[in-house]
Amino acid sequence: MPERRLRILVAKPGLDGHDRGAKIIARALRDAGFEVIYTGLHQTPEMIAEAAMQEDVDAIGLSILSGAHLTLFPAVIELLEQKGIGDVPVFGGGIVPAEDTAELKRRGVKALFTPGATTQEIVDWVRTNITPRTA
Amino acid sequence: MATPKSDWIRHAYPKSADRLQAYTTVSGMEVDPMYTPDDLGAWSYDARLGDPGAYPYTRGAYPSMYRGKLWTMRQFAGFGTAEDTNERFKFLLAQGQTGLSTAFDMPTLMGYDADHPRALGEVGREGVAVSSLHDMEALFDDIPLETVTTSMTVNCTASVLLAMYFAVAQRRGLSLHQLGGTIQNDMLKEFIAQKEWISPPQPSVRVIVDMIDFCARHAPRWHAVSISGYHIREAGSTAAQELAFTLADGIGYVQAAVERGLDVDAFGPRLSFFFNLHNDFFEEIAKLRAARRMWAQIMRERFGAKNPRAWLLRTHAQTAGCSLTAQQPVNNVVRVAIQALAGVLGGTQSLHTNSMDETLALPSEPAVLVALRTQQIIAEETGVANIVDPLGGSYAVEALTDRLEREALAYIQRIDELGGIIRAIELGYPQKEIAEAAYRYQQELDRGDKIMVGVNKYQLDEEPPIEILRLNPQVERQQAQRVRARKQARDAAAVQVALAQVRQAAAEGTNLMPPIIDAVQHECTVGEISDIFRAVFGVYRDPAWI
Repeated sequence: MPERRLRILVAKPGLDGHDRGAKIIARALRDAGFEVIYTGLHQTPEMIAEAAMQEDVDAIGLSILSGAHLTLFPAVIELLEQKGIGDVPVFGGGIVPAEDTAELKRRGVKALFTPGATTQEIVDWVRTNITPRTA
Repeated sequence: MATPKSDWIRHAYPKSADRLQAYTTVSGMEVDPMYTPDDLGAWSYDARLGDPGAYPYTRGAYPSMYRGKLWTMRQFAGFGTAEDTNERFKFLLAQGQTGLSTAFDMPTLMGYDADHPRALGEVGREGVAVSSLHDMEALFDDIPLETVTTSMTVNCTASVLLAMYFAVAQRRGLSLHQLGGTIQNDMLKEFIAQKEWISPPQPSVRVIVDMIDFCARHAPRWHAVSISGYHIREAGSTAAQELAFTLADGIGYVQAAVERGLDVDAFGPRLSFFFNLHNDFFEEIAKLRAARRMWAQIMRERFGAKNPRAWLLRTHAQTAGCSLTAQQPVNNVVRVAIQALAGVLGGTQSLHTNSMDETLALPSEPAVLVALRTQQIIAEETGVANIVDPLGGSYAVEALTDRLEREALAYIQRIDELGGIIRAIELGYPQKEIAEAAYRYQQELDRGDKIMVGVNKYQLDEEPPIEILRLNPQVERQQAQRVRARKQARDAAAVQVALAQVRQAAAEGTNLMPPIIDAVQHECTVGEISDIFRAVFGVYRDPAWI
């Protein structure tokens, strides 16, 4: 039986309104054959975790360019755990200085794609690293 | 009929030796190998250019341009607390910048005080935190508002921040007539590109018209709107789209003001603009020249303005943030210098040059100093400021100016057909055009059809980390505490009365500026006044189109 299409949530946490990258990645993932749910802007961590649960997603991509990444990534991850879906991998990108990458990985972020990453790299990473959570 | 140029291209130009498949600007506009008089068609100096300082202003806003007065060197600055930013302001002024430009943090920009849950992690990060008049006073401490002009980049909370600036001036015994500056206050481009909003388009435009009206009457040196293309371009638009959507937004504001009964000859002169300066040198110069010509025609022909100063498009410009690289950041100094040069050759009135480290953080002091020196070197050492519109008459530049104008006019016509810019925004037209252009450009980059030096060509395997600006981690806690303390200390009854008056004006449609100025004098906060907007005007939600 063919594997179902992966469901990826692309989300914009916090007050940051820069969505050029998030929209490009959402579209690239969709064009690559994944099911993409894009939350739109100004999502609280609660809204993102709730959407992840409601939409039964296999992975979550967060885009943050506002400098609030050290607050918002961990906040989302903690809420996923609280909701019992802490196994959903979280990846992301935006403006994240190199020295913060290590800290975010330590807090559970699986991959970070910073300026210069191609859409193909991101698509390939998802294809390689994300599996359907339910059959 | 074959022209000498088409003959030359067909017979003399060695196309087979071309090193690229196509020669396109960063916007994807194809350029010819060469331009000649054939490209100008029925071109006339008087109709297409005019002299500098005369309709249609293609050659420049003023007859003497930079020989008379250099562009204002106005570096966008803001981070942390008001005290932090005040220090940076003073540093930049001491180093020779000639105007202030204020960056506020996301909570301030989105209408939340520093102690609000939605401000968590965001206070002081993208700009300076301002929640109350107290912060505004600290921000401009020891800065003479009567001699310095200040730009403030704020949009859905612009009424509140402008009211605070005016209130600070009033507390110093100044009259609003003495104040010069600009407030961005351009909500149409927010829905299109920058995406900082509280309420939907219609009430947002109503507030803007209130501010245009108020400033025309009471603060005649103040620019109540900075009609912006910068953000539209940063979101991924082409140059033609940036030009078209900016002017379409301008048309929207003028239309709304005229419908309110305001006199276009009275408010027209204090509309200002703000364009991006991206990588493609000639495209950007052509864009600014086309913008002036188009706006002059729009104001005179479409709106019947009689005042030559109402025909005149005056603009600030900023080098393109989206063109900078995190890889080999010192290269950004070069990009910025060339982009800034395009701005000067394009005739900008005011200029911000990005810092090399802005792909990683807000500008550090050494980096912003280089960015400012870039402008000073252009002004003092290159000679380009000594000749007005020196590229005027270049076949290539005039052909590109004409072409950008044609392409932009086609977009404006489309927007007119849709029913105007507000309707076009509701339909998602400019947003989708921009997303399409952004996606196309990303594909070109990913394929290597467009080059970013250091990123997809000439990469380094390893790079040493550079020093970047780090925000004091105590800022958020300190600022939240300060907000709570001020709320405790102020006259609670007077606050309620003042907020009720804002609410009444919002609901009844009377000018919001007087009650908002009164409210901020009583220490009503950005968040409290924004909550009134939310309640009365409603909350806009991102349509989330991909």
